[in-house]
Amino acid sequence: MKTNLRNLHRVGIFVTALMLLALPLTQAQQVDRSKPPQLGTPPSLTLPQIQKSTLSNGIRVVIMEKHGVPVVQMNLLIRAGAALEPQDKIGLASLTAAMLKEGAGDKSSLELADAIDYLGASIGTSADNQSTWTFLHTPLSKFDQAFSLFADIVLKPTFPADELERLRKERLTSLVQRYDQPTMVAAVAASQFVFGEKHPYGRGAMGTEKTIRGLTIEDLKGFYNQYYHAGNAVFIVIGDVRSADVVVKLEKTFGTWRKGEPAILKILAADQVRGRTVYLIDKPNAPQSVIRISRVGVDRLTKDYFPLTVMNTILGGSFSSRLNNNLREQHGYTYGAGSSFDMRLAPGSFTASSSVQTAVTDKAMTEFFNELNRISEKVSDQELTRAKNYLALGYPGDFETVSQIAGQLGEILYYGLPDDYFNNYIGKVLAVTKEDVQRVAKKYIDPENIAVVVVGDQKSVQKGLEGLKLGKLKTMKIEDVLGKMPVL
Amino acid sequence: MKRLVLISFLCLSLASAQDLRIDVPYTQFTLPNGLNVILHVDRTTPRVTVNTWFLVGSGNEKPGRTGFAHLFEHLMFMGSKNVPTGKFDEWLEAAGADNNGSTTPDRTNYFEDLPSNAMELALFLDSDRMGYLADAMSPKAVDAQRDVVKNERRQSYENRPYGMASLVIDENLYPPAHPYHWPTIGSMADLSAASFEDVVQFFRTYYAPNNASLSIAGDIDAEKTKALIEKWFAEVPRGKPVPLIDAPPAYLTEEKRLAFEDRVQLPRLYMAWLSPALFKPGDAELDILSNILTSGKNSRLYKRLVYEMQIAQDVSAFQESQKQVSSFQITATARAGHTLSEIEKVIQEEIDKLKKEIPTKREVQRAVNQYEASFINRLERIGSFGGKADQLNSYYAATGNPDYFNEDLARYRNIDPGDVTAFVRTYLRDDGRVVLSIVPNGKKELAAPGTFISVEGK
Repeated sequence: MKTNLRNLHRVGIFVTALMLLALPLTQAQQVDRSKPPQLGTPPSLTLPQIQKSTLSNGIRVVIMEKHGVPVVQMNLLIRAGAALEPQDKIGLASLTAAMLKEGAGDKSSLELADAIDYLGASIGTSADNQSTWTFLHTPLSKFDQAFSLFADIVLKPTFPADELERLRKERLTSLVQRYDQPTMVAAVAASQFVFGEKHPYGRGAMGTEKTIRGLTIEDLKGFYNQYYHAGNAVFIVIGDVRSADVVVKLEKTFGTWRKGEPAILKILAADQVRGRTVYLIDKPNAPQSVIRISRVGVDRLTKDYFPLTVMNTILGGSFSSRLNNNLREQHGYTYGAGSSFDMRLAPGSFTASSSVQTAVTDKAMTEFFNELNRISEKVSDQELTRAKNYLALGYPGDFETVSQIAGQLGEILYYGLPDDYFNNYIGKVLAVTKEDVQRVAKKYIDPENIAVVVVGDQKSVQKGLEGLKLGKLKTMKIEDVLGKMPVL
Repeated sequence: MKRLVLISFLCLSLASAQDLRIDVPYTQFTLPNGLNVILHVDRTTPRVTVNTWFLVGSGNEKPGRTGFAHLFEHLMFMGSKNVPTGKFDEWLEAAGADNNGSTTPDRTNYFEDLPSNAMELALFLDSDRMGYLADAMSPKAVDAQRDVVKNERRQSYENRPYGMASLVIDENLYPPAHPYHWPTIGSMADLSAASFEDVVQFFRTYYAPNNASLSIAGDIDAEKTKALIEKWFAEVPRGKPVPLIDAPPAYLTEEKRLAFEDRVQLPRLYMAWLSPALFKPGDAELDILSNILTSGKNSRLYKRLVYEMQIAQDVSAFQESQKQVSSFQITATARAGHTLSEIEKVIQEEIDKLKKEIPTKREVQRAVNQYEASFINRLERIGSFGGKADQLNSYYAATGNPDYFNEDLARYRNIDPGDVTAFVRTYLRDDGRVVLSIVPNGKKELAAPGTFISVEGK
């Protein structure tokens, strides 16, 4: 497509030259609005150099000097997550991460928070299924002090028992609040029905009432000791810094961090959804139905990454995508509709979703399946070009802030993508053909074998949904998805 | 108080010889049709953002036609004389661009974030809809977006837990004829009533270049950009002077105590006061107050309610800075087994305490430091909502000066702890506020004292 635009550029010059001959220059009123202006050659993105180092204990460090705005982003990626939890200790990885900030070095939870806030810095710690992230974002002028706090949080957490009790209460209350949120209920339900409750992607990383109540300080310290070490760690630093200074700083503080065996993080691919079941979860009197149509998708390293990304952009990955255009712009059923592939270590989900007005739930569902079927049948040149350009020409927009860049680099490092990945991205998007798109649509979007979740007013929508004869319809209560509500 | 301000300012200046200065160089000019233009060059990324503010919002609406400014915002993407329906988004996506718009009571803004080669496409699209939207508008387009907006309302208010809170608070905080009395999203009945004729009239009245400001930031050449802006926008005709909003004064002479039931598991308490307008004395102080009360574990309300007593799941406070008058709000969700009266008692104690004793230097400085950091962080993006182009337009709309960064930051730096107390005393009055309880269905006993109302059909 890049070529195409260069062609357009040439046409543009030609047209302008003709206009100059034909029109008086000063008549602004006669600007030609009959077609959009011809655009010049798209700019290429030149990123600052990626500088790689290794600390003496083997921790890899990736730094990008980005000058201009005096801020620093430092991400520490630990290759361990909720997938490593035993079935009876779900929530362990995320609670361990959360506890890092509840006491470290010689500082209590409150003292740490005060020190970080006083610097105007922010430090975050979290864990999902396959990774644990800690990050520091700070004004450059406060980098030294903020880094010292960050290092304590990672290296010297104290895991105070009373703070665990506090977080436990907070998390149990969050479980209760999920019953209020129809989009949350739909997401949890879809994960369970697609992956099964035992699979890491089906059970989630938050934990259940039972597992959260059961976790102990020893569990958390155990998880920390097993996985938080140099053998699982990678640093990504972006900002208004000098690379050499950062390496010295990291070596001094993290260079002696214990090096353990790297975690073996293996997540098995879930079995594909067989057949089509409609799960209708009752939310009495809801003015909208939350729809999630989902099946097992692909892992991040799929060789079909680029065709799939283009295909999904056409189907539901942009404003003018088919799903949004159909359900929102053509029919007014919703404020927005879309689709996505959650690409992870193991195949994550493909999901098409929307919140639609209750009265049109069946009609909206029909349009969803029309689009899921149609995407394998035909894709126009115009759609293909638009989707490829949207992804390729918009790509530099993903590299504006230090946290965005850190996220991009994190993905490369986590999955071991090649060093020239950023440079080749645009070319690979533009190389996708119509045949590629139809091939991956046929292969991955199988509307016959898919889970259909609706969270809405059962008495209003059940009959219409049954009339569609999509497959077996199971009616459920929110408790059937989230379990019995915790009694606190 | 002024003297104290001066002293604290001197101290700060002495303390840090190299005070941070926010540097966002810009050029500004006005086209003959009245369109204000702001240009800012930043070549960090090969991207450009084209950001437009129209000084019209839901505050310009009339009762019976609420939600119109926002409905109109949706129509701005439906095509114009030379842009067929659907092409606005399609052409932008084909150029690698994103776009969006938003409406508040005071203004409506739009942006396109594009690769730098595609800037002219945005100028064409934006000038076409500024000049010739009405030529392409049809009752069908209005109906289509009417349905979309009703679904936006269902999704963001009616089907969201506690979603109706802001509607109830605003209609009790501001008198019926006040432009902030009704919600920007509008009522369902008014959305149904909006007509095609209303659309054309609204467009002619408010969407004129003399009521707009165009801010472009990013990888641009200022001279060439100026020429392109003239090329596309010069022909857009100037409109009549825009009618001013005649807002009646907003004041509360009583404490209004209300409650309603919702499909939620936990009760939530809202307390709201009228407060100084954006950039008026007290506005920055109440920002600092919100930080002192609820930002971080050491903030007063978080520490007591969530950290120590553990009777609340969350607590937040904010100064909603607006053009005519602002509101200051505190929200807290009670944990299971606790009532909103328990929560309110603690909040009241902390407010009373702040009226009596000035906050510590450290907690004020901690808040100021966080604001200062946020000013730096806000320089990272040129586009989208809140990027540099949007900030330049925002400052221009409020003060007439796009580069108001340092003046804005100085407001926070110059705050003396005593100022916070003074403004708490003046504005957070017990006898002029709205206190709202939202409780789970059938659990009225969890509410703080107040009259139960119905939110059906609001």
